[in-house]
Amino acid sequence: MNPSIVNFVYIVASVLFIFGIKMLGKAETARKGNAISAVGMLIAVVVTLFDRQILDFADAYSWAILGGSLALGVIIGAFAAKKVKMTSMPEMVALLNGFGGLASLLVGWADYYFKAVANSAAVDTFTKIATVAAVVIGGITFTGSVYAWGKLSGKISGRAKVYAGQKLVNGFVALVTLVAAISFSAWPDSNIAYYALIASVVLSLLLGVVAVMPIGGGDMPVVISLLNSLSGLAASAAGFVIQNNVLIVAGCLVGASGVILTVIMCKSMNRTLGNVLFSGFGSSSSKGAQKVDGEMKAISTDDAYYVLEAAQNVVFIPGYGMAVAQAQHAVKELAEILENNGAEVNFAIHPVAGRMPGHMNVLLAEADVPYEQLKEMEEANRILETADVAIVIGANDVVNPAAAEDKGSPIYGMPIIEAFKAKTVFALKRGKGTGFSGLENSLFFRPNTRMIYGDAKATVNELVSKFKDK
Amino acid sequence: MILLLFIFTLAAFLGFELISKVPSQLHTPLMSGSNAISGITIVGALVATAGTANSTFATVLGAAALVLATINVIGGYMVTDRMLAMFKKKGDK
Repeated sequence: MNPSIVNFVYIVASVLFIFGIKMLGKAETARKGNAISAVGMLIAVVVTLFDRQILDFADAYSWAILGGSLALGVIIGAFAAKKVKMTSMPEMVALLNGFGGLASLLVGWADYYFKAVANSAAVDTFTKIATVAAVVIGGITFTGSVYAWGKLSGKISGRAKVYAGQKLVNGFVALVTLVAAISFSAWPDSNIAYYALIASVVLSLLLGVVAVMPIGGGDMPVVISLLNSLSGLAASAAGFVIQNNVLIVAGCLVGASGVILTVIMCKSMNRTLGNVLFSGFGSSSSKGAQKVDGEMKAISTDDAYYVLEAAQNVVFIPGYGMAVAQAQHAVKELAEILENNGAEVNFAIHPVAGRMPGHMNVLLAEADVPYEQLKEMEEANRILETADVAIVIGANDVVNPAAAEDKGSPIYGMPIIEAFKAKTVFALKRGKGTGFSGLENSLFFRPNTRMIYGDAKATVNELVSKFKDK
Repeated sequence: MILLLFIFTLAAFLGFELISKVPSQLHTPLMSGSNAISGITIVGALVATAGTANSTFATVLGAAALVLATINVIGGYMVTDRMLAMFKKKGDK
């Protein structure tokens, strides 16, 4: 096919991606936007298959490889997307993101191996820089994402892992990676340069792990967003390697929009990106924070029922615990019963509740909660001032008053959902443990707070059945 | 090469401008939707696989990249669609 036709189609695909991302930013058009960007992807792939570069070299054997790899990827991808539970969405995105990063790494590696090692062709410095950028950024994205996936899915501890001299070690690994990358780019001898490339592969994989290690599970949303941005940059670098416009544009769009999204998330926690990445936040419990006086008072579901029965204004505050307990459908049922009972019901959604921004929105949407009932933080706090009951379901740090009151607390300054303003607070919790940040939550010790221990789903179901029995 | 850098720079600015005001409920779908777009490296994987017929090792690397990128693309778009399908207004069915 004529190269200018190929490039023209790539331009069309790029435009579709731009519209796609734009439309993803609005609730009414989001689904269409996703479909439009998928069409862009499809035509980019199809036109690449017809590209001269591929048709000329391809025989039946390599077509079989292409077809086989594509089919395998489609089957695995489709199967995973169908099977994954809504509650496990953050892990899924992390994993998919890691795959994309690894793919970019392999593209860079394969390209250089083919040109310089297998065919002893000269590779110019610019291409080498792009190659090693794709490899290093892709490698960090891969292991960083997989590590984040492990933390989110509970396969490894969500706690931040810090040890003495960690920053020194991480800085050293980063420095050695940089040295390997520069050696590769600058070394004229292609055999030695290839060793430097292999070293860059190994080091970048290591760097991904050590960089994510000191970051607590509560900050994983930010990390995934940043890694998503990086995987775009890796794809963009791979685009420079094979001199392909659509890779450069699409990768860069993702890279830039990912950075913006990351910054938005950091702002909603009132922290800087540097603080999230390097502070080892959430590694120890209550360092420098005030001790919390008082005791947590439990309440039975019987008593909780009487309070709820009389309530006129109820606000649910969901957190990661709701996702873990898969309680969203039960919560929706309770909300409906309360509404029928004459109460005004709202859901207060903290921007970083759960393990991804908007995590709670997705879960509640799955349970058919209309999104008019989902209130963002500022509006929710106004409603809470007059609320009779606030029901905290598996949320912890995002309702911790220490963020507003205790200057010594590591989360001081983070905007919170002000659950304590409600007349009565019910906190559904599995046990007396601390939140993901490892902090004691003074909300649970307040005189107007009552704890309902147990599995959130079971608790909510009990409350639902009490309403039904009357 | 300068032209490629030029394109890159413009795309970066466009990307910064595209998502300034996004309601937080859409952050997760946006992240997963743009994650699917970063699977565009699938095009690179196609070129790397098909253009390397005389080197088995390079073809293997390319094919592995192709499988991974395809999973990223297909999985990414389908997961995003599943999430977005759930957002509906009161009364919609």
